[in-house]
Amino acid sequence: MSTPVLEVDGVSVSFAARKILDDVSFSVNRGEFTGLIGSNGVGKTTLLRAILGLQRLDDGEIRVNGAPQSQRSGSLGYVPQKVILDPDVPMRVRDFVALGLDAQRYGFSRRTKQQHALVEDLLNDVDAAHFADNRVGSLSGGEQQRVLIAHALISQPSLLLLDEPLANLDPKSVQEVVALLHHVVVEHHVAVLLSAHEMNALLPVMDRIVYLTNGRAASGPTDEVIRSDVLSALYGQHVDVLKLHGRVLVVAEPGQDNKDIPEHSTLTVT
Amino acid sequence: MHAIFEPGFFSSGPVHVALVIGAVAALVSAVVGVFAVVRGQSFAGHALTDVATTGGSGAFVLGISPLVGFLGAAIFGAGAMDLVGVQRVRGRDLATGVVLGAATGLAALFLFLDTTSGATTGATQTILFGSIFTVASSTIPTVAALSVVTIFVIAFIYRPLLLSSFSADLAAARGISLRVVGLLFMLALAVSVGLSSIAIGSVLSTALLIGPAAAALRLATSLRGALVLACVLGVVATWLGVLFAYDSFYWFSKSQGLPVSSFIVALIFVAYLASGMPVLRRRGERSGAAGRGGPRGTRVEESA
Repeated sequence: MSTPVLEVDGVSVSFAARKILDDVSFSVNRGEFTGLIGSNGVGKTTLLRAILGLQRLDDGEIRVNGAPQSQRSGSLGYVPQKVILDPDVPMRVRDFVALGLDAQRYGFSRRTKQQHALVEDLLNDVDAAHFADNRVGSLSGGEQQRVLIAHALISQPSLLLLDEPLANLDPKSVQEVVALLHHVVVEHHVAVLLSAHEMNALLPVMDRIVYLTNGRAASGPTDEVIRSDVLSALYGQHVDVLKLHGRVLVVAEPGQDNKDIPEHSTLTVT
Repeated sequence: MHAIFEPGFFSSGPVHVALVIGAVAALVSAVVGVFAVVRGQSFAGHALTDVATTGGSGAFVLGISPLVGFLGAAIFGAGAMDLVGVQRVRGRDLATGVVLGAATGLAALFLFLDTTSGATTGATQTILFGSIFTVASSTIPTVAALSVVTIFVIAFIYRPLLLSSFSADLAAARGISLRVVGLLFMLALAVSVGLSSIAIGSVLSTALLIGPAAAALRLATSLRGALVLACVLGVVATWLGVLFAYDSFYWFSKSQGLPVSSFIVALIFVAYLASGMPVLRRRGERSGAAGRGGPRGTRVEESA
């Protein structure tokens, strides 16, 4: 069996006295779409920053393609939660995508014809070619996500990390971005780890899930994790999992403290 | 020809120096200014001009070159801001304000000492609003060398600087040292403020730093285009300012010319206002397209 693209092994992270991640372990294989699901504030961004090497670990280890943090450059693509894309700044879409090739490079060098061709190919691939000369800041939320994904993909990473890319998008844009990411997984054979507080939009394409709450994680194939017994153990209280018309609802019993159950997955039954 | 260029303009030594110093300061300010606007560090740039005032006024007290004073104080201020926390977005305003307040207090003291000592009664005007016709030609090599180094530094860190301007997280994830890039940029900002302080005075150097950059960013279709356009606007405004100031000696019977810096700042202001016209037109077209159900993100005028 080949080495997983990402191995998170017993990772713990604390801020002051608060434990954000507590012995979190999971792995992601090449060509897999993995959803990192949890409500706001459970540590999804902290976990992604730890994978990127931007967050110090209290304990545990993270390996990318079998390599520790110090040797992982170039193997990760990242779409952050917030990017300031001012419409008054004339940063063209094609220039922003091209920046993904060599943004970390100091000094003077001109991009080659092959690199320009790569930018064009990727713009076509993410269906952004028709607005390639527009200012990035003038685009809609869904279009901006496509551009950010192209920016992250152009360095040909083996793992693409996306921090809440579906937040603040309308339902049509959510569908488009999810379809694009599925296309990326299939065509580019890239592993995708996407954080979200709502899992239903991802269910058709998600191979595996990392369900995060109370600092702990349950991970595995979606059907094996989104079960009443698994999630009840994770929450430390009984929850039911209802599947209706292709959607999943995680349901806490009335009167239970259900603040950690992800938004839109909560339904209080009376 | 004489209707535009009054007699002696092309043969005047001070005019030659003013044109060279002004152009160099405008070029550096334009390049650094574009990034200052993109990074949202216009306020930091303005604060450094006030810090430069402290250096300039201190230089007069000590009897040393104002350029040394402007540059020394601005570089010290940039380092202090970086140390206090200008790298972190939340800390930027706080750090800038703290350094600005301390520097302005010192500037008040030095300007008081300058104006109460008999030999430097014109110091306040020179420091705050510039006196480009009185700059010694021996300053040119130093100014040129500093400009070359500053533009070289910006070109060297161009791509990491650009990405970190849009997203610190994205840049950090690519292994870019935000600390190094931010500090180098602040030093470049300090040098550009020092140079433009010589040209149009410390207080007005903000105009040369921000004005051409802001106008160019509105008009250009790419960032590189904005850099070129900002340089053109800055140099044209500076040279026209020098010309008008020279000509103004002949406008009034008392043979007293008007300040160069006033003309330069006025021209930059006009350029900035004029740059808003295409923006308003674009917005009008966009809202019209939206009203007709036109697609978003397909602005024809943006296409290269």
